[in-house]
Amino acid sequence: MLNEYLARAEANGGAQTNNTQNESGLSRRMFLRAGVAAGGGLLLGIGLPRPDAQAAPDGDFAPDAFIRIGRDGHIAFIMPQIEMGQGTYTSMSMLIAEELEVDLAQTKFEHAPANDKLYGNPLIGFQVTGGSTSVRAFFTPLREAGAVARTMLVTAASKRWGIDPAQCHVEKGVVIDTAGNRRLSYGEIADDAAKLPVPSKVALKPTKDFKLIGTPAHRVDSPQKVNGTAQFGIDTRVPGMKIATVSACPVIGGKLKSVDDSAALTVKGVRQVVRIDDAVAVVADHMGAALKGLKALKITWDEGPNAHVSTEDIVAELAAASKKDGVAGDKAGDAAAAMKTAAKTFEAVYQAPFLAHTTMEPLNCTVHVRADRCDVWVGSQVMSRAQATAAEVTGLPLDKVSVHNHLLGGGFGRRLEVDSVTQAVRIARQVQGPVKIIWTREEDIQHDIYRPYYYDVLTAGLDASGKPVSFHHRTVGSSIVARWAPPVFKNGLDFDAVEAGAGPYDFPNKLVDWVRQEPPQGLTTGWWRGVGVTHNAFMVEGFVDELAFAAGKDPIDYRRALLDKAPRAKAVLDLAGEKAGWGKTMSKGSGRGVALIFGFGTYIAQVAEVAVDKDGTVSVKRVVCAVDCGTVVNPDTVKAQVEGGIIYGLTAALYGEITLKNGRVEQSNFDNYQALRINEAPEIEVHIVDSHEAPGGMGEPSTSAIMPAVVNAVYAATGKRLRKLPIDSAQLTAS
Amino acid sequence: MAYTVDINGTPHTVDVDGDIPLLWVLRDVIGMTGTKFGCGAGLCGACTVHIDGVATRSCITSIDSVSKKQITTIEAIGNTPAGEKIQKAWLGREVVQCGYCQSGQIMSATALLASNPHPNDADIDNAMSGNICRCGTYVRIRAAIKDAANGNDAPGNDNHGRRG
Repeated sequence: MLNEYLARAEANGGAQTNNTQNESGLSRRMFLRAGVAAGGGLLLGIGLPRPDAQAAPDGDFAPDAFIRIGRDGHIAFIMPQIEMGQGTYTSMSMLIAEELEVDLAQTKFEHAPANDKLYGNPLIGFQVTGGSTSVRAFFTPLREAGAVARTMLVTAASKRWGIDPAQCHVEKGVVIDTAGNRRLSYGEIADDAAKLPVPSKVALKPTKDFKLIGTPAHRVDSPQKVNGTAQFGIDTRVPGMKIATVSACPVIGGKLKSVDDSAALTVKGVRQVVRIDDAVAVVADHMGAALKGLKALKITWDEGPNAHVSTEDIVAELAAASKKDGVAGDKAGDAAAAMKTAAKTFEAVYQAPFLAHTTMEPLNCTVHVRADRCDVWVGSQVMSRAQATAAEVTGLPLDKVSVHNHLLGGGFGRRLEVDSVTQAVRIARQVQGPVKIIWTREEDIQHDIYRPYYYDVLTAGLDASGKPVSFHHRTVGSSIVARWAPPVFKNGLDFDAVEAGAGPYDFPNKLVDWVRQEPPQGLTTGWWRGVGVTHNAFMVEGFVDELAFAAGKDPIDYRRALLDKAPRAKAVLDLAGEKAGWGKTMSKGSGRGVALIFGFGTYIAQVAEVAVDKDGTVSVKRVVCAVDCGTVVNPDTVKAQVEGGIIYGLTAALYGEITLKNGRVEQSNFDNYQALRINEAPEIEVHIVDSHEAPGGMGEPSTSAIMPAVVNAVYAATGKRLRKLPIDSAQLTAS
Repeated sequence: MAYTVDINGTPHTVDVDGDIPLLWVLRDVIGMTGTKFGCGAGLCGACTVHIDGVATRSCITSIDSVSKKQITTIEAIGNTPAGEKIQKAWLGREVVQCGYCQSGQIMSATALLASNPHPNDADIDNAMSGNICRCGTYVRIRAAIKDAANGNDAPGNDNHGRRG
């Protein structure tokens, strides 16, 4: 995801990826600010460069920073990236703590406020957690923040003692006079440190001196998530708050015509019914009453132009669009010419459905609109966008809108959108006092911003041995980038739609192109875990598997022959095969499948083992994953992300499909939009390659790899090739 | 009308309709937000509490059905022997990711362990398959339940310090 952003950021000197042994000083074009925190002490932050950026005047209170150390010794880390389960708060804390020389146990985390300047993601350019970028973006800046703070604190202590800073060292937040026995804790010298100039240059530890980075650390957010005290957005409680639930027009893009609320208003606890142009909300003392009130409404909808739209119509349009010329993305040589001279050609159509995200925490947003300010309590992957939409709806200036972020009960891309924040503010404008709007699960599934439907045509030209001499992947679908990030939708190409469209393979002639085909207006498509890589990995890895079998070759051997220029890809492929026992005989009805991807700066190979029952039911028994994500911050997080990403992808492979009939989403809750359960979860083995390469992203790639691995395993088990997700058991029944 | 319910040993009197689900009484009326809303239909387990020791979905349990029962929630489950073991095992294995479903997972796992001190894989599947985790922590949930049953301190992490 967002490789255009990455390229742009790198061109601007913003990307900080390959810097594990940075001895030279601060990241290019970063600026630092130090100041005295409100209660005294040192406050320090590094922000992205902006033309108008100025260091805060000495002594100012500046609430935006990564580190705050109080006189009482408390150490707070303010998290530039949000925590939605991926372990970022722990990894970010480790990066700072490594250089600050403190134990994680000495620190507390805080959510950052909305502020692009201070908390913008250096790889993307604004405040966003997505695209598996957190560690890649902040690997250097946060270590620098820690090193700068430590340097200032050591300098302050050495001045107090009248010695050279080089005669001091730090252990667990205490500066020690190495020759003598003098000790000063960070809290004792925080005020002194805040008065010192910020060093323009700091040395970062070489990799060999890392104490935290690369070692498994306990998550900083676990204790509160185990005892029920963790605060998610939905747990917001502010004085005088009402609770509301909402129903938007069930036909996509439809509007509210009228509503009879007379029965609803008689429900005990219901206070108000709010109408906006496309939805109606019931405001009550508690959600139980709001739900009861919603059920009592008699709503008439204006179903609009989509009243007869079905999935079949949309797929037919995609299929027709696949015949058009595409916009070229990745290319090499002359794919068309090489196709003509190939000994034979092979073509297949692959399809991936619309998908909902179903974060465990349903969408919710608490808003208090007042004449001169607006407060928003939410869990968002895009804080500054949440702030901007609240400002736009209320007409207030940005600085009058405060967004209070929370732990997110899952993101998966859904909370990269602010549609629910916009809606909540529109409702809250009509309510006196604060109101928490909670979507039901049905609302969550039927008004998601869906992963696009993709209809892809893959063609290979093969030599006599079955090796590809030409590869053409035409992907057809809607553009997320054009809507979500218009500045990087360039030359008519959605870079995400074609990302990893030829896999990690060295095809001598290749073309990955894209035809834009949008669904009916009102059906919005958006990011879903693994983004473009996930969709393309399914297509490419299924197709390459087909080519291997068509050539009579082993699927791993066939891939290896295309990887001479990608040694890290080859290494994870070999490692996964070896650990999985690739080639060993399996019982009838069982099979192994492999998939290999490069995405988000990470190489992953997975081998899935499946068993297919006579009735076509697919059980995934075991998944072996080899991953090379470069330098690892917290290996336990890497492992957890592989495990979780596989489960998330398996849900999609086995069950995930949003369909429309008469303009309405047909799925509504976990009974008909199923999620994988513990009894269906495979054994998962994770093997991490020891590497000092630049860090790669880990939030998404394991989701991308599992879908093709399972489909390829199903082929090995049954001889039936599935080119469409989710897996259709009816096609797999023993006949 | 008013109902008095015993939650974690403390009586609470609430004035709501009798068909209001316990979940919303806990969260919105009493203000105990550890118990989570996930589906509203007894399909995901996020809202699991114990009613007289039995794991129960509070989103489909009406308040008028529980007035004479003992209700235990995530906020107090650590005071029970099984709950304490489960929470400790959860921390040792680093089970949680987003954490939103974990109150419900822990309540289901505690009910299992309290009634079956040495569950096998099938027992774990039976007790836990009503609890969905979208982050996919199932592998660790299974391991943590076994740790708790066996009295193991999880292997796992070199502890760089644990916040309390």
